[in-house]
Amino acid sequence: MLEKYVVTGKKSTRDGFGAGLYEVGKQYPDAVALCADLVGSLKMKAFIDAFPERFFQMGISEANMMGVAAGLATGGKIPFTGTFANFSTGRVYDQIRQSIAYSHKNVKVCASHAGLTLGEDGATHQILEDTGMMRMLPGFTVINPCDYNQTKAATIAIAAHEGPVYLRFGRPGWPVFMPEDEPFEIGKGILMQEGADVTVFATGHMVWQAMEATKQLAAEGVSVELINLHTIKPLDEEMILGSVRKTGAVVTAEEHQVNGGLGDAIAQLLARQLPTPMEMVAVDDKFGESGKPIQLLDKYGLGVGDVVSAVQRVLSRQAVSS
Amino acid sequence: MANVEKLESIASQVRRDIVRMVHLAQSGHPGGSLGCADLLTALYFEVMHHNPDFNMDGKREDMFFLSNGHISPLWYSILARSGYFDIGELSTFRLINSRLQGHPATHEGLPGVRVASGSLGQGLSVAIGAAISKRLDGDPHLVYVLTGDGEQQEGQIWEAALSAAHHKVDNLIAIVDRNFQQIDGPTEEVMHLGDIAEKWKAFGWDVLSMEGNDMEDVLRTLGKAKEHAGKGKPVMIVMRTEMGNGVDFMMHSHKWHGIAPNDEQLEKALAQLPETLGDFPMENGAS
Repeated sequence: MLEKYVVTGKKSTRDGFGAGLYEVGKQYPDAVALCADLVGSLKMKAFIDAFPERFFQMGISEANMMGVAAGLATGGKIPFTGTFANFSTGRVYDQIRQSIAYSHKNVKVCASHAGLTLGEDGATHQILEDTGMMRMLPGFTVINPCDYNQTKAATIAIAAHEGPVYLRFGRPGWPVFMPEDEPFEIGKGILMQEGADVTVFATGHMVWQAMEATKQLAAEGVSVELINLHTIKPLDEEMILGSVRKTGAVVTAEEHQVNGGLGDAIAQLLARQLPTPMEMVAVDDKFGESGKPIQLLDKYGLGVGDVVSAVQRVLSRQAVSS
Repeated sequence: MANVEKLESIASQVRRDIVRMVHLAQSGHPGGSLGCADLLTALYFEVMHHNPDFNMDGKREDMFFLSNGHISPLWYSILARSGYFDIGELSTFRLINSRLQGHPATHEGLPGVRVASGSLGQGLSVAIGAAISKRLDGDPHLVYVLTGDGEQQEGQIWEAALSAAHHKVDNLIAIVDRNFQQIDGPTEEVMHLGDIAEKWKAFGWDVLSMEGNDMEDVLRTLGKAKEHAGKGKPVMIVMRTEMGNGVDFMMHSHKWHGIAPNDEQLEKALAQLPETLGDFPMENGAS
């Protein structure tokens, strides 16, 4: 099945957001966009050029941007806010909590430069806690797409969704492998490869790492079921439980702290409904540092080899327990 | 100003409601609620075009946002008295299973409230968004927002100040309740605010001043503010009020910012406030 996912180039997920936002602008007359002095970084130019009257430059004032977005949503608009993931969450958590989440405003918080793959700017900007913060907010949908095509599709999909959404994407050029016509359904995982021995649930950039690991493991005779979980909240519980009932071993992979992320969410589900040996590929309670994206992923335990060894660990635990 | 007497009599009933609600709940914020009673009475009973058959999006009507959400007893009384919900519901303020939360919220579906407030400094930004939304729709109605003066200490207020002037949000009338009091004491002792009017002028706003406990001046100034709208600048009214206005022992101090009167104090307060529209009845569950 993995053959379906052919690399067609290298583009950033934030470019996917920019392309998606432009499509949203065409399809939804009520869609508006706001940015806090990062128009170039967020790739919002196509939208701005096409719909200048529906774009609002808010300057370096993220708290105000979130409030203005809540007000625009109150008036029936569909606001998309754009800034770095760090400034889209931690910096404005209370504004999002009260004016957007608690008030159930239809705001799309679109966040670039998430995670270690931000690279050289270092740990001040490499937020690894955002997914945790956002999935704790009642009623918030949290999505972390894996490549250009999926980010574009996700951006279009969230415009049609009524309610607050956190859309998390990144900075670096990254392999593009999802087919352009792959349907995107919020809350529905994508089965990328069927397997029998272990289920790997991956999100964001780590889907690519998990694909590479899956290929290596196949060569070693390990049959991996690979699931692309772009939506971290709400979780696709049906798909997760169905797969884990079959394989009996789980590895999660995400560019986030081990605390609060996808692994946490799946562990919570499985602990309640289907306790299963599980390993988590994530950053282990550390801040990042400056460096190249791949160097950073390797150094902080998110390399392809880390996914492979996590699978081997969980399989050895499963062998002991069965 | 034929309406002044009528509005003053409504404001008297609203003040009774505030004191009774906070007494019933033995919790809440009477001081700022009493101080702003004249403003909200004027807005809802005279100045704003609004529809008590509540629509969240506020299209084709004026909208009001309360940023200093702790003066919720006032807003709830005003909303009930102007027909958004039954006045009997006022007796459920701050009680379990009520739509009248301690601070205003949309979560329970209370008509009239469009965004939660309580964590300070956020309402002005939301009002700016709503005003921009009206501009995009070609809707000529206005957006009003009330903020506290202590609230001016929040950084987000000044982010909002910049952005409303930058984007020429001139269908917005903001009011700051300048009562010189906040929880820990006089504003100028807790965190010096200085000349608020000059600050807003410096940020590019059209600034008016108003005696907020003088109904004639409230009507006159709100009328003037409407004339100032639509001229390229957001409008700010610095409204001088007395915290606790209408109840002598609640005035001249920050003490009554957030405490409830006991039975004896309630009687004393109500004796100063004529019952003009009939007190709200008790609903089931309230004691």
